[in-house]
Amino acid sequence: MALISRAGRARRRPRASWARAASAVGVLVVAVAVAACGNGNSSGGSSGGTTDGFKQAAQSSGALTVWVDSTRVPAAQAYEKAHPNVKLNLVTYDGDANGSNTLQTKVDLYDRTGSGWPDVVFSAESNEVSWAQPAGFTAPLNKGLLSNSVLSQFSAGALAPCTVNGTVYCLRNDLAPVVLWYNAPLMKKWGYQVPTTWAQYQQIGEEVAKQHPGYIVGAAGDTFAPEIYMWASQCQANDVTGIRAVTVNVTTANCTRMASLLDTLLKDKSMSPLSAFSSAFDKQEQGKVLMLPGPVWFAGSVFNSSSGLNTPKDQMAAAPIPQWPGATTPTTGNVGGGLWLLSAHSAHLKAAVDFITWVTTSDAYQGDLAPGLPAYAPVAKVWLANQQKSGYFANDIVPVVQQAAGQIWQGWGYGKFSQEAIWASTVTPGITSGKPIVSMLPNWQTAITNYATAAGYQVSH
Amino acid sequence: MSTVTTGPARARARRAPWRAVGAGHAFVAGYVILLVAFGVVPVGYGIYFAFTNADNYFAGFSNFVQSAQDFRYVPALEHIGLYLVIWLVALVILVTGLALVLHQLPVRRLSGLVRFVYYIPGALAGAASVLVWLFMLDPTVSPASSFLRLLGYSTFGNVIAPGHLAILFAIIAFWTGAGGWIVVMYGALNNIPHDIMEAARIDGAGAWRIARYIQIPMLRKWIVYMVILAFATGAQLFVEPQLVSEASLGVAGRDYSPNQLAYDFAFQNNNVNSAAAISVELLVICLVVAAVFVTRSRFFDAN
Repeated sequence: MALISRAGRARRRPRASWARAASAVGVLVVAVAVAACGNGNSSGGSSGGTTDGFKQAAQSSGALTVWVDSTRVPAAQAYEKAHPNVKLNLVTYDGDANGSNTLQTKVDLYDRTGSGWPDVVFSAESNEVSWAQPAGFTAPLNKGLLSNSVLSQFSAGALAPCTVNGTVYCLRNDLAPVVLWYNAPLMKKWGYQVPTTWAQYQQIGEEVAKQHPGYIVGAAGDTFAPEIYMWASQCQANDVTGIRAVTVNVTTANCTRMASLLDTLLKDKSMSPLSAFSSAFDKQEQGKVLMLPGPVWFAGSVFNSSSGLNTPKDQMAAAPIPQWPGATTPTTGNVGGGLWLLSAHSAHLKAAVDFITWVTTSDAYQGDLAPGLPAYAPVAKVWLANQQKSGYFANDIVPVVQQAAGQIWQGWGYGKFSQEAIWASTVTPGITSGKPIVSMLPNWQTAITNYATAAGYQVSH
Repeated sequence: MSTVTTGPARARARRAPWRAVGAGHAFVAGYVILLVAFGVVPVGYGIYFAFTNADNYFAGFSNFVQSAQDFRYVPALEHIGLYLVIWLVALVILVTGLALVLHQLPVRRLSGLVRFVYYIPGALAGAASVLVWLFMLDPTVSPASSFLRLLGYSTFGNVIAPGHLAILFAIIAFWTGAGGWIVVMYGALNNIPHDIMEAARIDGAGAWRIARYIQIPMLRKWIVYMVILAFATGAQLFVEPQLVSEASLGVAGRDYSPNQLAYDFAFQNNNVNSAAAISVELLVICLVVAAVFVTRSRFFDAN
């Protein structure tokens, strides 16, 4: 109606039509604003009472919004295939890997607008719960949503990064204990014994540098290098002692012994300063890896991967990570191991619970397709058997991996600040430019202290 | 319109431009609405956040104090200062120089082609142009890898060493942003009255002296205009370090600029108020610098 009158008058009275148009725009803006406010209020206030240990949103039908990283897309697709009646709204994001913080950024924005949260999220960062629980984003799972018969079958310690004061806030996707990957035929050919101590490991590294230049026994350029080497060495860099308390002490012997080992081998060039996920590494080190300490998932992501080193079968074998002399119990590190979070704001809780249960426990995904060791013990057995059946490995990796999963050193916690990000910006540039790691340990200590303090932690030394 | 009393001539003079003014308002209205919606209102919102706390109570300068005490604050200011110096100096010298050279090109067609080539990178949207550079800077995939190796950089990590970042960001910003300015300067050079140039030439001035004593002084306002806008965009540096940080998995570029620090405050520490304080500081710095340049260069002086 307004349009007709405007068209009729426009020729004679341009000014009036402008005023009209302006007021129309004004009305529109106000209408949109009112609608937006109304929306915000209704979604904020329409939640029911406390069920399953938290205040649930009004439930409705509709598509389940699932966020995954690109590696986990097959998980969602497998679920869709097994559940043709469930509608998924699948969103791919960076998985929060390397401390990118994408998820928290988005959730903060959704908290502000009062809508938009995904129902289910996969995260590659194992410290996610440290912010997501206080922010009220994650739903408690052991207060009624999931039965204890499911939760109790996760491997020992697997749900530690998910648990706050006895309440479980996420499901662990995979375990990522560090093992020593090595090229079995090459070790045999050159007459090396698989090292059981770090001293033997270093000795082989030094010999390789002299006798087989170009070959490597490890890589120290990844953001998770501290989780491979420093964690295994029981370096007290990330000793989370309370909900907002951490003890940091990285200039002690447990840290310097590993730092100087890395320095020696980096200098000899038998330790690569590159990231195992860089294009330069794939190009330079293809067929040149004698040993490579790394998490279990290196198997599928680095060796048996066309976008990685593309190592042929019957070469790679796994051994327990070397130990320091005098260690009473063997320890190893851990690199990630993803989590599935369920949004406390979800309006499709039933479907969401079914989804995260299925993707963590089903043989069809975790047993047959997953790239890493499943955290759910019954399906881990299936996965390991499948790995061995594939005939890719040169030895039986099953006992090695199972043993390593139980030897992860518990002195390295899951804080709100990203150890990977801190190491990456503080130590990695120095490694690249040839600076000894030992000389950078005090800087590392300062950086951890600074970031932890900024994240609200009480830091003790 | 109530003052139409001074005779027909005056009235006509008034009525004629009135329509033009109406059209002018119409043209400006679109801009004003967007400016209010995406400029003025967010700035007001930001100032409100900067002076309140999480419970919406007045907080004085406590957000400013808190952000300034963060361990990343002073380094971020140092980074942005160094970057701005490198970038602005390079921008003024190279843009003016290239525009003058372009203006001297005898072949018209060649000049048009070169202008087009200068302008192309500016047509890429911000993040896309940085992505192009991520490839350029990685010796494994870069078309300029032999040049990078010549400089002694064999890996991406070597290229993005912390000491290189200011220069790298300046190069990226120059590549994406300078082309448009060269075209603008070229237009400004064309606006210099022909008789002045001719007079100088008759007096025996060569290309260098004409540039030095006629063209550059007459470009002054354009250069000031460019510096003001370039300072504002440069001070808000965000996309370049953020993408380099993502591409290097956090090795370089994290917490590099004040804008990134504000982003971290808002989304990592859930402290929107301190983030707003940093934004307000950037706004004040840009306003002060613009004011200094405008007054010192007599920017609005009609003569």
